[in-house]
Amino acid sequence: MALIRKATVMDEKAIMQALRRIAHEIIEHNKSTDNLALVGIRKRGAPLADRLQSLLNEIEGASIPLGILDITLYRDDLTRRQDQPEVHTTDVPFDLDKKDIVIVDDVLYTGRTTRAAMDALIDLGRPDTIQLAVLVDRGHRELPIRADYVGKNVPTSRGERVNVMVKEIDDVDRVDILEDRQE
Amino acid sequence: MQTLRRKDILGLEEMSAEEITLILETARSMREIIQRPIKKVPALRGRSMINLFYEPSTRTKASFELAQKYMSSDPISVGGSSSSLVKGETLKDTVRNLEMMNIDCVVMRHPVSGSAHYLARNVEISVINAGDGMHEHPTQGLLDMFTILDKKGRLEELKVVIVGDIRHSRVARSNIWGLKKMGAQVLVSGPPTLMPPDLEVFGVEYCPRVEEAVEGADVVMALRLQKERQEGGLFPTLREYAELYGLSSESAARAKDDALIMHPGPINRGIEITSELADGPRSVVLEQVTAGVAVRMAILYLLLGGAKEE
Repeated sequence: MALIRKATVMDEKAIMQALRRIAHEIIEHNKSTDNLALVGIRKRGAPLADRLQSLLNEIEGASIPLGILDITLYRDDLTRRQDQPEVHTTDVPFDLDKKDIVIVDDVLYTGRTTRAAMDALIDLGRPDTIQLAVLVDRGHRELPIRADYVGKNVPTSRGERVNVMVKEIDDVDRVDILEDRQE
Repeated sequence: MQTLRRKDILGLEEMSAEEITLILETARSMREIIQRPIKKVPALRGRSMINLFYEPSTRTKASFELAQKYMSSDPISVGGSSSSLVKGETLKDTVRNLEMMNIDCVVMRHPVSGSAHYLARNVEISVINAGDGMHEHPTQGLLDMFTILDKKGRLEELKVVIVGDIRHSRVARSNIWGLKKMGAQVLVSGPPTLMPPDLEVFGVEYCPRVEEAVEGADVVMALRLQKERQEGGLFPTLREYAELYGLSSESAARAKDDALIMHPGPINRGIEITSELADGPRSVVLEQVTAGVAVRMAILYLLLGGAKEE
């Protein structure tokens, strides 16, 4: 079994355009950015949140707080996995109370990561609202969760994998669909 | 490395530098949780643990219990004269009975060296050694290393001087094994009667005079003097011990200006360390206590976080 690249669905330009559009939608949706804050989910949600923050600051001339969330300890599959996920540090350096929080992640799939992220956020404080921004929505939800801001809807089958690469971690901006193929 | 591929934490002698690094790194993420207003994560929900303390303890027991609760597991602590630990039941029987209540982990402090290993061989569940006789106290060694790493940014090539009763100290043994593995230079000091007869096995240097031993040290660690040792004739009087081997600003003067002053507690003030030094600006004695909770959370997660092996 090997993972083969089946298609590239977003390139560097498409990713930047999607993020810029999401930034505008966030501003439109929230009316005021005074209480707005972004929280990126490790690993690849974090650099995406960082870019969204720069875009929002640029557009609004504001300074929007940014945090990083590690959801490992909130996963619902911890006691089922043989390969134990590594724990990383959560760094949310602002008070969440009365904030409008936008969770940022790379891919929305089953919704379980988002559920874990919401639980983690609520342990840190009581935001007024929690919204969700994702670069790719690939479908197949297992929980009643939907994104408020979507970069691109990518219909996939469960056997496929959506591989998001970002410059900050992978040296390239690209979204691929990978497929398991029998040798 | 992402996972500890072991059932138990018994001592640092048998652990690799890689495993120690994984625990210390995980502990750094855990420390953030302790600072939160809601100090709880659901990672070990539904796991139950028993803390068996056959010796008195305040710090270690509280630290383990808090770590277990912060990780959402359900701990029960047994110890002292209220339990049947004093009714003469063997250790194996006690734990086998507890095991039948379907617990996942036992944390044990016991006065006999090797008891944690003995227990680990005889039960299926995870055993964490919280101090066995004069042998090891691995979580204390790890939290000391965590504190040093946090303050100094590294362990490699640091000069660490441990002063006092090395012979009877499980804290000293765990620190020596761990620090040597992580590339630190360890030197011990104290009266010759309180040195282990097999000092060369540990690969540390011995310098009897404290003033000379601490020359250029990055870390100076005092150990608690176990007063009952005096009755055994291993040193003449507490006053003489304090004068010759006690840590004070004078005796620690030749350590580096930014040297850390450490003590595992409980402190006999004015005997192994002066209050001036223990409460001074270079002292990290209280940071050690916070580090203890974070390190124990990391160990619990790494041992029990994944799936149970069938």
